[in-house]
Amino acid sequence: MAGRKKWVRELPLHILMIPGVIAVFIFNYIPMFGIIMAFQKFVPAKGFFGSKWVGMDNFRYIFSMPNIWTVIRNTVFIAVMKIIANLIVPIIFALLLNEIRKEAFKRTIQTIIYFPHFLSWVILGGILIDVLSPTSGIVNEFLGLFGVKPVYFLGDAKWFPFTLVLTNTWKEFGYNTIVYLAALTSIDPTLYEAAVVDGAGRLKQTWHITLPGILPIVTLMTVLSLGNVLNAGFDQVFNLYSPSVYSTGDIIDTLVYRIGMVEAQFSVSAAVGLFKSAISFVLVVISNKLANKYAGYRVF
Amino acid sequence: MLKRTTGEKIFAIFNYIILSFTAFACLVPMINVLAVSFSSSTAAATGSVKLWPVDFTLASYKYALSKREFLQSFLVSLKRVTLGYIVNMVMTISVAYPLSKDRSDFRARNVYAWFFIITMMFSGGLIPTFVTVRKLGLLDTVWALVLPGAVPVFNVILLMNFFRELPKEIEEAAYIDGASHWTTLFRIYLPLSLPSLATISLFVLVGHWNGWFDGMIYMNRPKNWPLQTYLRTILINPDISQYQTSSEELANLKEVSERTFKSAQVFLGAAPILAVYPFLQKYFMKGLVMGSVKG
Repeated sequence: MAGRKKWVRELPLHILMIPGVIAVFIFNYIPMFGIIMAFQKFVPAKGFFGSKWVGMDNFRYIFSMPNIWTVIRNTVFIAVMKIIANLIVPIIFALLLNEIRKEAFKRTIQTIIYFPHFLSWVILGGILIDVLSPTSGIVNEFLGLFGVKPVYFLGDAKWFPFTLVLTNTWKEFGYNTIVYLAALTSIDPTLYEAAVVDGAGRLKQTWHITLPGILPIVTLMTVLSLGNVLNAGFDQVFNLYSPSVYSTGDIIDTLVYRIGMVEAQFSVSAAVGLFKSAISFVLVVISNKLANKYAGYRVF
Repeated sequence: MLKRTTGEKIFAIFNYIILSFTAFACLVPMINVLAVSFSSSTAAATGSVKLWPVDFTLASYKYALSKREFLQSFLVSLKRVTLGYIVNMVMTISVAYPLSKDRSDFRARNVYAWFFIITMMFSGGLIPTFVTVRKLGLLDTVWALVLPGAVPVFNVILLMNFFRELPKEIEEAAYIDGASHWTTLFRIYLPLSLPSLATISLFVLVGHWNGWFDGMIYMNRPKNWPLQTYLRTILINPDISQYQTSSEELANLKEVSERTFKSAQVFLGAAPILAVYPFLQKYFMKGLVMGSVKG
């Protein structure tokens, strides 16, 4: 009796779930099964069931590609640099913003530094290609005032990865600051009062109260960022790179795009994608486990 | 407030300077491109435009707005944003509400939860997804831009966490008064969740407006491109000659050069975000933090 009633009460909840479950099944789970094409010589006309099985041939092929290790190295290098910059810069800015007492000023600064996050890499690509141009760009003109020779930020393979990290930080640091600022405001103010009574200056307060106070969040963000080691940022790289910087700027995602969508080698591209997804999956699971262990974090 | 030491005062001054300078640096590239877009072609070519237009003219904007491709893609984007917004919001709310229940009230909750979480950790990847969308016959329809991302799992988690923070007593009281789940959702949860819904709205609107990659791979015919996809082909990938403005065509218009024309389109592509951002941003900090940082 009670069990039946419960079922009736739960029914609307199941009904609410139906559209979402169907959409996710079709557009997320069916593609997961589609991964089998990585083990086939996939011919679109024949479909998954008609195409020939080739076992690990596609994987053997990708690891014999001359540029595959360069691409993997580029991906990890760019991603790791971005992860480090995205941890350090936002923490510094959160600390600086936290010291501001004029609320209006603080809010204005925040509104401005969050803004670039909301522009697409297409728009920003258009902007950056213009302002970073070695001939007419405002950045090189500014550097020229200090006697710096024009830098080919986007065209020089040596500079390109650093340009990526710098522009990504420029776009995202404000947004990433939010979470640290929130952590700062949740620190118990009485701790500071007690510290002042004990004669601690601002630096000591920062060192002994503020930093330990945000340490859990810093740990959490660090651990979670582990899952992104193979995500160097497709949108950004794709909109800023060119063949002249492939040697340092080509990443796994851009390679997958070129092999799959441009050269139409579906199976090879799916195999590279699967390789990346599989490693990323393991990394995400590990980072979530660690985050749960060290920072009490759970996805749901 | 306590008296401040000299060291603190000096720090405060530097702090204001550093923060102002950084905020300025965040805007300089945008201001520069905006200034170029309002300048004459000669001023832009001689590099005399910095942060303020030189020889102010609206010619580039007139030219951009008279281009058929630009307006067409603008309309595709509007359609995509409208449909995408409706689909995403309906899905987010309808999935987040049941998931916000405790397991004792909704026994299948964790099964559903994992069904969605797995998609955050593992995906079929670009090619299998593309093949699926093509098999469904969605290529060159606006649904290819809307349906594959119909359930934004990250937003679901934000809203679900927000729902869970709402006082349980209200819901219990409503239940005792005979409220069904539908009443609870529409009369209690949604009205109380406006900050969170505003946050998610901003994410969804911006996400659909900014989407360009799906437009590029799922739309074979340029007339179906959303604005950002069209912009990409003219701003970044100038080797698609059919859609590039020929320099002869531009030479006829003394006031407009390729550079000022591109700058004008960059600004027009970002304008809708500039328009909604101030209204929604005051919510998003609060909404985002409440949804993501627990405890």
